[in-house]
Amino acid sequence: MILQLEGVSKNFGGLRALSDVTFDLPEGQILGLIGPNGAGKTTLFNCISGVYAPSEGRVIFRDQEVTGNKPYDMAKAGMARTHQIVRPLNELTVRENVIVGSCFGREGHGLTAAGRIADEVLAFVGLDARRDQLAGSLNVGQKKRLEMARALAARPYLLLLDEVLAGLNPSEIGHMVEIVRNIRDQGVTIIMIEHVMKAVMSVSDRLVVLDYGRQIAEGTPHEVANDPKVIEAYLGDPDLALRLMRDQARTQETA
Amino acid sequence: MAILEIKDVTSGYGEVQILWGANLDIEDGRLTSLVGANGAGKTTLMRTIMGSIKPWQGSVIFQGQDISSLPAHAKAELGVVLVPEGRQLFTDMSVEENLEMGASPKRARANVKRNLEFVYEMFPRLKERRAQKSGTMSGGEQQMLAVARGIMAEPVVLMIDELSLGLAPVLVLDLFQSLIRLKNAGLTMILVEQNVQMALAVSDYGYVLAQGRVEIAGPSQDLAENEHVRSAYLGH
Repeated sequence: MILQLEGVSKNFGGLRALSDVTFDLPEGQILGLIGPNGAGKTTLFNCISGVYAPSEGRVIFRDQEVTGNKPYDMAKAGMARTHQIVRPLNELTVRENVIVGSCFGREGHGLTAAGRIADEVLAFVGLDARRDQLAGSLNVGQKKRLEMARALAARPYLLLLDEVLAGLNPSEIGHMVEIVRNIRDQGVTIIMIEHVMKAVMSVSDRLVVLDYGRQIAEGTPHEVANDPKVIEAYLGDPDLALRLMRDQARTQETA
Repeated sequence: MAILEIKDVTSGYGEVQILWGANLDIEDGRLTSLVGANGAGKTTLMRTIMGSIKPWQGSVIFQGQDISSLPAHAKAELGVVLVPEGRQLFTDMSVEENLEMGASPKRARANVKRNLEFVYEMFPRLKERRAQKSGTMSGGEQQMLAVARGIMAEPVVLMIDELSLGLAPVLVLDLFQSLIRLKNAGLTMILVEQNVQMALAVSDYGYVLAQGRVEIAGPSQDLAENEHVRSAYLGH
């Protein structure tokens, strides 16, 4: 197992944003992390990557307990992530942005080696032609790929992707899904938070579903998509709708 | 006849395109629900109809007139009214003051008294609490007030963005029951709602949005039984 979560919880004051999340992630898989708005997905990423210390529970990464370790230590240990809202260093070139990722990653390279890795990674995500452009001049789809390249340049064992498909057009989505598959095929384990359901269902080996901070389901895409608890979380409670329809019929009779 | 037509509308924010050619016909006197997963473009569509963002392409036709380029306040004068997501009440003002603020279009100002009576009849809870500061009420009551404030503008079409988000089930049922009363009173409404089951139970016609386009449309009863609706959400 590359990652094990044992009863991870996170409170913000009186609000329990995450409650007892527990799962194991085998090496080399793509795990989709899904759930309605406010389910706690990004909070879980923050607890795994060290942005937050969990209020309870343990995070075990490559057989070492890393609960509460700092984000830069996690990066050195081989965990990289992308952010939902991309924030490249706009005044640096595309290549320089990726070099930064390599310098502070697992291998902690100097500038020369980092430059070589940056070129490799940029070719991999299809941004090599734009390497000398300022990052601020890229369009949204390209910035998303730069975000991915920066994370990859850290040479992670585990890559956390937070909505890398959001805001992309259909052809860009197809391209990005290909990139994600290729990363996995190189042996990197991936957890991806995603709302573009067709894509995440097709690319994930397994899925974990959160709702109101609780883990309500885990399984293959097929199992999860047919789980009544998941359907209720996404579509609403069918019993309540039934009551409403009965009320409506009654008011129409009396009218 | 359609009172509001949305034709091939594209729009978004900055360089991010959200709507990729949306087509909807809103019929007079009907409750139309608009559902779809996170990021499908529901709120963007409401904002584009209302005019807080302009369509990049396509048109918004209201009562036969192209209103695509009108600013939001001009649309409100014509009777296109939005109850925004998150309610946006004046929390330090009383319930009744909030309602009076809703009567800002010229045609609504003369009828404040009559419309107040109407919304108090539709939402008796608000009448009980007319002098209370709106920010001190429960989430469900605040949502009722947001809808009632929209009605004070004398809408021809009332658009409600997320009626039940974040509310407990018993309050959700209450709110939907008040929608039924409004529908029976003849109000034309568009309801954006994350609770698909409830939206389809209450509405006459439904649209399912996915990735900035209408994926499925039809009578709500048919949609409630349509397997494709579930797969539009769960992608499988």
